[in-house]
Amino acid sequence: MLIQELSNLPGVSGDEGKVREFIRGQLTQMGIQHHVDTMGNIYARSRGPEKEGLDPGLMLSAHMDEVGLMVACVEKSGHLRFYPVGGVNPWSLVSKPVKIGKEEVPGVIGAKAIHLQKAEERKKALEIEQLYIDIGAKNKEDAEKKVQPGDYACFDTRSDTLADGKIITGKALDNRAGCAALLELLRRDYPASFTAVFTVQEEVGLRGARVAAYRVNPQVALVLETTTAADLLEVKEKDFATTVGRGPALTIRDGSVVTHPRVLERLIETAEKEARPYQFRQFTGSFTDAGVISLSRSGVKAGVISTPCRYLHTAASLLHREDWEHLVEIADGFVRSVHEKGLE
Amino acid sequence: MEALLEKLTKTFGPAGSEETIRAVILEETRPFADDVMTDNLGNLVISRGKMDQETVLVAAHMDEIGIMVTYIEEKGFLRFTNVGGVRIETLLGSRFVFRNGTTGVIGLEKQKEKKDPGFSAYYLDIGVRDADEAKKQVQIGDTACYEPSFGRQGRRVMAKALDNRAGCAVLIEALKALPRSLPLGVHFAFTVQEELGLRGATPLAYRLNPAYGLAVDVTRVGDTPEPEYKMGVSLGQGPAVKVKDSSVICHPAVVEKLKSTAEKQGIPYQIEVLERGGTDAGAIHLSREGVPSGVLSVPCRYIHSPGEMVDLDDMENAASLLQSLLQEPW
Repeated sequence: MLIQELSNLPGVSGDEGKVREFIRGQLTQMGIQHHVDTMGNIYARSRGPEKEGLDPGLMLSAHMDEVGLMVACVEKSGHLRFYPVGGVNPWSLVSKPVKIGKEEVPGVIGAKAIHLQKAEERKKALEIEQLYIDIGAKNKEDAEKKVQPGDYACFDTRSDTLADGKIITGKALDNRAGCAALLELLRRDYPASFTAVFTVQEEVGLRGARVAAYRVNPQVALVLETTTAADLLEVKEKDFATTVGRGPALTIRDGSVVTHPRVLERLIETAEKEARPYQFRQFTGSFTDAGVISLSRSGVKAGVISTPCRYLHTAASLLHREDWEHLVEIADGFVRSVHEKGLE
Repeated sequence: MEALLEKLTKTFGPAGSEETIRAVILEETRPFADDVMTDNLGNLVISRGKMDQETVLVAAHMDEIGIMVTYIEEKGFLRFTNVGGVRIETLLGSRFVFRNGTTGVIGLEKQKEKKDPGFSAYYLDIGVRDADEAKKQVQIGDTACYEPSFGRQGRRVMAKALDNRAGCAVLIEALKALPRSLPLGVHFAFTVQEELGLRGATPLAYRLNPAYGLAVDVTRVGDTPEPEYKMGVSLGQGPAVKVKDSSVICHPAVVEKLKSTAEKQGIPYQIEVLERGGTDAGAIHLSREGVPSGVLSVPCRYIHSPGEMVDLDDMENAASLLQSLLQEPW
């Protein structure tokens, strides 16, 4: 499955090369021309006639990058000190396998073993400073034959399915699920072409989308994302943010954007017309590429639609396949509707 | 290098009040410029070579951290806020100077609890009897920087504002040593308000629309007792080629260019991954449709204190590396 293939590729922010090559391969197979900018964003035009002076110009985007780690220095012992790239919770890291650098050197994240921890230490969550990557090196010199400061480290997780294939697990579902959705849309024919952008460096501050929006200069933008689902044990329903299996989530407001009311209305209208389930994201925090896109140049009508996803930004997250399928169809309907009626 | 560094660090220039430092840098650089420009925000640009071809923007911020007067008490004590990332533990007993030379020392109110008192518990005492006397010398909104001091022990220099007059000195020395003919146009930019959030570099990069960007700035080191951040960078081991900080992931091609130039010229260098902190490259690389950018760093201890420390060998190596880099085809 496309989501799973994408999930398995390493692509920490700033090091999206392998994801980019995979997506470019898919686009080439579809016969879709595309180009790459200095930061590594991919731009493609969807199938469909180029309408001169079409208003509004429409851009759909999904970020390719995932959170991960970067080697900061090598200790005398050969252990690697590291920093997070993007929002990584230190307590989720202990004993996770990772792959480091271009050669994908295997390693495991270590910390002081529980039987060596003092009682009070066991009560506290581990911090980044207490963790290290162990590549089994004898010492610094031995380690430096394989890794250097500045090398990226990525979770080493194979995607799998649960619940008779309905649930997909894996690392980096944020936002390979969005990339897979955008690729799915690009397979289809539309009454007019739109611009698809696979962006870089979202997790470190919406950086790729900023220059992409300037370049594309769209009137309307829809960001395909994943969002946190907190439908977990010990969380009250009012705090779920989103729930897995109840359809894709529409953002009304997050920490970076207020979805433009015309975009939100049209997404709801499309979902209702096609009898697709959807939910509103009951959480106004965190950031998406829509934040910088909406503020590009003289302003862009922007919105976000997301697949709810549990355990985001860890080595293993999960989502419901049908949520993702509904997202694709609502986005498809949105594109057709905007081309047909505009968005005034 | 040492004399230039002394002159630059002793000059007044808190973020937003860069007129004095700009004039000093202009005086140093004008004889070597093909073109000089000061933009609307006060960024100074010294250009060299042909501007009708691809250009590289080399930026060092000339502003420094400082304080700004917010309130004058009846007895003449000055309340203040921070301009940039002033470290509260460096305040008590520090002396600050205003542009007109008025000098004060920082005092602290009695503390009931042993916790971080915050800026509001500190005041600046400029030795006056009352508010009327204070207002003859200082107004609300005036900025002050650490009192200048410059010291050298061996190859190591201690001073205020090495962040980032060290970077400015690297640019100036490289500019002076460059031959007439260059493979691409170079803008040497001395930017304003970096310490407030890369504010000068943002519109400057938009205006100049360069093909490449390079910031020259100081960076932290990991070679002191129990350093705040784990880092592979040490003082005196050569300038650092940045891979990542919190404002930028440096473009791999620019990182490679810096490394290969250093190797070709036999200049020592270190690889830098900085957990916290940003540079002008953060603003430059996101300008318009994106600008491939990197950072050449001068290792520096005790950043944002009145006693920052750099190594003169690192400074000279940074200037040679920059000068060699600008003679390479990109």
